[in-house]
Amino acid sequence: MKQKKSNQILPRLLEKSAPVFFLLCAIISILTTIGIILTLLVETITFFNRVSFTEFITGTQWWPFGENASYGILPLISGTLLITVIAMIVAIPIGLASAIYLSEFASNKVRKVVKPVLEILAGIPTIVYGFFALTFVTPMFQLVIDDLPIFNALSPGIVVGIMIIPMIASLSEDAMSSVPNVMREGALAMGSTRLEVAMKVVVPAALSGIIASFVLGLSRAIGETMIVSVAAGSTPKLTTDVTESIQTMTGYIVQVTLGDASYGSTTYYSIYAVGMTLFVFTLIMNLLSQYISRRFKEDY
Amino acid sequence: MNLVDKQIVQNKMNKRIISNQIMRQLFFLAAAFGIVVLVVLLYRIFSEGIPYLDWSFFTNFASRFPEEAGIKAAIAGSLWLMAVTAPISLMLGVGTAIYLEEYAKENMFTRFIRMNISNLAGVPSVVFGLLGLTVFVRLMEMGRSVMAGGLTMSLLILPIIVVSSQEAIRAIPKSQYEASYAMGATRWQTIRRIVLPAAIPGILTGGILALSRAIGETAPLLMIGALSFVAYLPENIWSSFTVLPIQIFNWTGRPQEEFHLVASTGIIVLLVILLLMNSIAIFIRNKFSKS
Repeated sequence: MKQKKSNQILPRLLEKSAPVFFLLCAIISILTTIGIILTLLVETITFFNRVSFTEFITGTQWWPFGENASYGILPLISGTLLITVIAMIVAIPIGLASAIYLSEFASNKVRKVVKPVLEILAGIPTIVYGFFALTFVTPMFQLVIDDLPIFNALSPGIVVGIMIIPMIASLSEDAMSSVPNVMREGALAMGSTRLEVAMKVVVPAALSGIIASFVLGLSRAIGETMIVSVAAGSTPKLTTDVTESIQTMTGYIVQVTLGDASYGSTTYYSIYAVGMTLFVFTLIMNLLSQYISRRFKEDY
Repeated sequence: MNLVDKQIVQNKMNKRIISNQIMRQLFFLAAAFGIVVLVVLLYRIFSEGIPYLDWSFFTNFASRFPEEAGIKAAIAGSLWLMAVTAPISLMLGVGTAIYLEEYAKENMFTRFIRMNISNLAGVPSVVFGLLGLTVFVRLMEMGRSVMAGGLTMSLLILPIIVVSSQEAIRAIPKSQYEASYAMGATRWQTIRRIVLPAAIPGILTGGILALSRAIGETAPLLMIGALSFVAYLPENIWSSFTVLPIQIFNWTGRPQEEFHLVASTGIIVLLVILLLMNSIAIFIRNKFSKS
């Protein structure tokens, strides 16, 4: 009897400690978020002790190096938005059209070819896309646009768009294929063409999922780093001219960590203020995307 | 008397059918766009990179001369990084998934963890880089080491592993749980003997895909200062290191045309590694999804 009891100590201990261990694992993910927020917050506060908050959010000059340093983030934000807008102009129509094709028109055979290709595109590292933008897309545009500089907003913007296409296509397709067939059949029985079924029944029914995928794509474009670091240049500029060299928030962070901003300098702390801005932007987008897909989820 | 003018109806129908045909072609072109880009990208990279691809490319360190440049240190660094990232991220990810699926009660705290994980998945990788730089490199004084990089990468891919492990666990039929409990097994015994073995193919598939994401990531490691000119192999987890994507980034940034060709060669190696990992993941998925 006694022997049996001592044999059970280890299993019992495991039984008790297993849930604790798993809970600790789950808590790590919360600690990560807290770590991110604390890191950004603490260093950003140090930054704002040296640079006024008003200058930061309203200043139109971003010139963090040298004697007359100036920290107005608007040029970095405009650079980021410029890239994002170009990317979305490429990604939304092509992504949505691909989704419509895959979900409403394509035969199984075609779908079996196109979907894996989109998956491969989604899995290509962004440094490869950056290389592609710099060494292929830019030279190609240089043939068409006279005196287009090597670093410009146009080609990384387009390539960021290409990078996002698979995401928009696959999320929108998911939303569209969860529209029940009864609705399609109803419309077809009324004499609708496939196009009318797609545009007047399926897309409106799946709209919340589709818009959520756009917003998520937007967030991805804002946070994309390597493509813009490689191909957009490092000239913070308040401009809407896509042929100029610009800098994005992510591009600036990379530039500083690559270079020689010494630990403790205002320039060093500025990457956290920029990182905080970036974090807030993408967090809002991500929450918005989740909210849209939950709030407007159609019940069929 | 004709109530309906057949000609008008016919015209309207033709218009609708034609626009259906045209849009169908346009949608197809959009879907084909991805394929075209992929073909162009691969053609460019392979046609430029193949001439530099020989055995010495794998056995040489980085060099100022393009024809002598190699990826020995970068390959070793990527392997070292995986050796740290894989066990940590899998343990944390699978642990979190087991907690959420098996132990967690549906309450505020659980919902908070779920929401937190889906938000973490959307945080840009540079921000993870800033976290790694501050917490691991400076605060914990790990320096610009493999360990700091591996921990940063683990946190970055954690959400992907959690979600795929959750799906793998959820796919196990409830009858298997009931059978296990009916035999008198405890919860932990059921997890260890029934849930984990059944979920392992799914966990591995998701894990490999997440790790292939980590192998291709550049930005967070640039932040924590993985160096790009390393002429030695990392000796342990506290050594400084470089990885393939950073080596490629370095070559891309140089003005000399030759280094762009070398970068293409590096990209070929990177893409082949990713392709291999993805094939393994797909193989595992197909092999086990039949049952």
